[in-house]
Amino acid sequence: MIYLETPKKFRGLVDQARQVAQEIFRPNSRRYDLAEHEYPKELDMLGALLDGMNASGVGGAGAAGVRRDRDQGDGNRNGGNLSTALGTMELCWGDVGFLLSMPRQGLGNAAIASVASEEQLARFADSWAAMAITEPHCGSDSAAIRTTARLDGDHYVLNGDKIFVTAGDRAELVVVWATLDRNAGRAAIKSFVVEKGTPGFDLVRLEHKLGIRASDTAQFALRDCRVPKENLLGDPTVNVEKGFAGVMQTFDNTRPLVAAMAVGLARACLEETQRLLKNAGVVVDYDRPAIVQSAAAAELLKLEADYEAAWLLTLQAAWMADNRKPNSLQASQAKAKAGRACVDIALKCVELCGSLGYGESELLEKWARDAKILDIFEGTQQIQLLIIARRLLGKSSAELK
Amino acid sequence: MSVVNRVMGLGLRAINRVAGSPLLDRLHLRKPAQQALYQGARIGFRSAAAAARGFKATQKLAQPARPARVAGDGLFDLSPSEEQQMLQDAARRFALDELRPAAAAADAAGAADTGLLRGAADLGLGVMNIPEALGGAGSERSAVTNVLVAEALAHGDMGLALACLAPAAVSNALVLWGDEAQQALYLPAFVAEHAPQAALAIHEPQVLFDPFALQTTARRVEGGYCLSGVKSLVPRAAAAELFIVAAQVESGEPALFIVESSSAGLGIEAEPAMGLRAAETARLHLKDVKLPASARLAVADASAYRDCIALSRIAWSALAVGTAQAALDYLVPYVNERIAFGEPISHRQAVAFAVADISIELEGMRLTTYRAASRAERGASFAREAALARRLVADKGVRIGSEAVQLLGGHGFVKEHPVERWYRDLRAAGIVEGVVLV
Repeated sequence: MIYLETPKKFRGLVDQARQVAQEIFRPNSRRYDLAEHEYPKELDMLGALLDGMNASGVGGAGAAGVRRDRDQGDGNRNGGNLSTALGTMELCWGDVGFLLSMPRQGLGNAAIASVASEEQLARFADSWAAMAITEPHCGSDSAAIRTTARLDGDHYVLNGDKIFVTAGDRAELVVVWATLDRNAGRAAIKSFVVEKGTPGFDLVRLEHKLGIRASDTAQFALRDCRVPKENLLGDPTVNVEKGFAGVMQTFDNTRPLVAAMAVGLARACLEETQRLLKNAGVVVDYDRPAIVQSAAAAELLKLEADYEAAWLLTLQAAWMADNRKPNSLQASQAKAKAGRACVDIALKCVELCGSLGYGESELLEKWARDAKILDIFEGTQQIQLLIIARRLLGKSSAELK
Repeated sequence: MSVVNRVMGLGLRAINRVAGSPLLDRLHLRKPAQQALYQGARIGFRSAAAAARGFKATQKLAQPARPARVAGDGLFDLSPSEEQQMLQDAARRFALDELRPAAAAADAAGAADTGLLRGAADLGLGVMNIPEALGGAGSERSAVTNVLVAEALAHGDMGLALACLAPAAVSNALVLWGDEAQQALYLPAFVAEHAPQAALAIHEPQVLFDPFALQTTARRVEGGYCLSGVKSLVPRAAAAELFIVAAQVESGEPALFIVESSSAGLGIEAEPAMGLRAAETARLHLKDVKLPASARLAVADASAYRDCIALSRIAWSALAVGTAQAALDYLVPYVNERIAFGEPISHRQAVAFAVADISIELEGMRLTTYRAASRAERGASFAREAALARRLVADKGVRIGSEAVQLLGGHGFVKEHPVERWYRDLRAAGIVEGVVLV
């Protein structure tokens, strides 16, 4: 039966996440935006809270909730993907930078949750894991990575440079993508869990950014870095047939989460703008046509419609993951729509609110800066469109470049 | 009793009459349940009589028969129920086999084939919403089912879908807001053979039209009301026996009135438009049309009119979703087969990304429409959700129509392909008020 609302059973969790966003994230938002690279200590105590939420079995508000459960009965299922997306929306209504800095909720945790063996899952369970894919010369074209992994006895020896590692400084583990054979293409790319403190694994610098400044973005150098071979996630053999499937599988689960971040931020912008416009006497009338309302009200209606579409596309992608339906297309649709909608919404809200929106007295200008990354990381807008188009048109990456 | 069971019950009554129907074979509706659905209403011929029959109350109701609200289990769910799936499949098949092949000719002729419309009535779509107490098959509100069916029909053709669905808007309004006398007087005709043509007339020919600031007036007179004004884009008005007309009463609020086509002072003027031509749109002129007080719908229900406008917008959104999906389904093979500069044009990002964008916005429109309908049938507030679906359809639906023509280039502009028709029809979906109702 078609029912497109927050599931009743997750309302408690959503309320809890909202409280955290309201009481802890928002009051500290501006402070850590100004003090880039300073660790938001307030988040430490939240780690425990989230661990509790995740342990409850419904998934909480972090990346660890995206593992696809195996034991599922028949019938409609609302599980970890959906609850995690809902929790993420609430927390990002508070602050995207803080969500990205939540202990043990990194994208590396999502990768581990998605593809790790049971043994690895147990071993890395209580650690905070970041994700290192991008290199100085390649971003979206992740098949072009040059970091190498060479098997030497019981270890892989890693060499290369990694940039744009979210929470790289604060995380305890970094999931590093490296190739076993540069000539074997995508199939040779594997992910390796590298523990902080491993000799040859060095933090080079932290980036200064447009937004999400509360979240650290690190660059690493790997120089003859020896990693135990049990730290390779997934299948160690180079299987040309399967190709990229192993590592890319993570994205079907994490893209809806980034979409959820964008949805949360977009709602923050809309609610704040509605509040400020209401003070000026502008309220949207949902009954009357947009063309007979004020330009500001009509614009708000338009933005809210885009928000609604992004929200539903995101829940659809997460729901499909929970119900073990292939969701690659819908995950990319959600990410593409939410990514661009949140940027449009945030920038338009700044315009609607004028200097109140643009100045630092309110958070709207910060959200407009934070928004842009959400249309970039975990696959840019353009990469999502490529994925969607290839799928709809039945094209390979060689045909539709 | 489930909707399908009820429809089956009705079907059994009609089984003798339907056994030899050739349409049944053409629609591949031979599985028993689907047969029942198909026969749901009645098979029969109706001469095209524009004069209203004498509507008579054949039964007496102690109270109005209303469908029950739908209860859910509170879990997020995108799967239609089995019944909804079956009805949607039947509508899809009808759209594919009957509507799409007839669409170009109906558009050119500015008229729908009456045999085709009978076929649609035979699908039992009308009776689905009418409660069992009145001889229909409905027990629960079925806004989502109506959305799924409208979407499926519009995938065939929006103009023809509109012609097919217009009478159900009137019966649906009577089910939702009619009192016991109004229901007893009019609804039996909608479940009988020769169901009447009918139309829900809200829109008016004026710029910046606002359904909450109508120019059509309903003046209080001795024993009733006197209506004056002009209604716009009324489908198949010339053939309609019954209208529900929106007019402003003297206190300033808009209200709905039941108007039989035989009322003195009614005039019909053809109003062909950019699209929806198969629906034979017309203006309905009302000049001092005298109505009894009992013709006013939902006197005591202040929210009825607002709900009517919102439910109509949801229905238009569903039509737009179906037509936009038709455009996407047409574009995919076209851009893959069209060769330029030595390779399919789909190998170019400018083309491929346009297709991807259509799929994204279409899916957003669809989900937003479903949510609005689902809230409506559960009795939750839905004005906001209906407005948002409407907004998306007005912006993205039109954009999809435009992109579809663009991707075919000059071929999109000529009538060899259906795309230019979709461009014209999609423009209507974000504009018109009334006409359809979920």
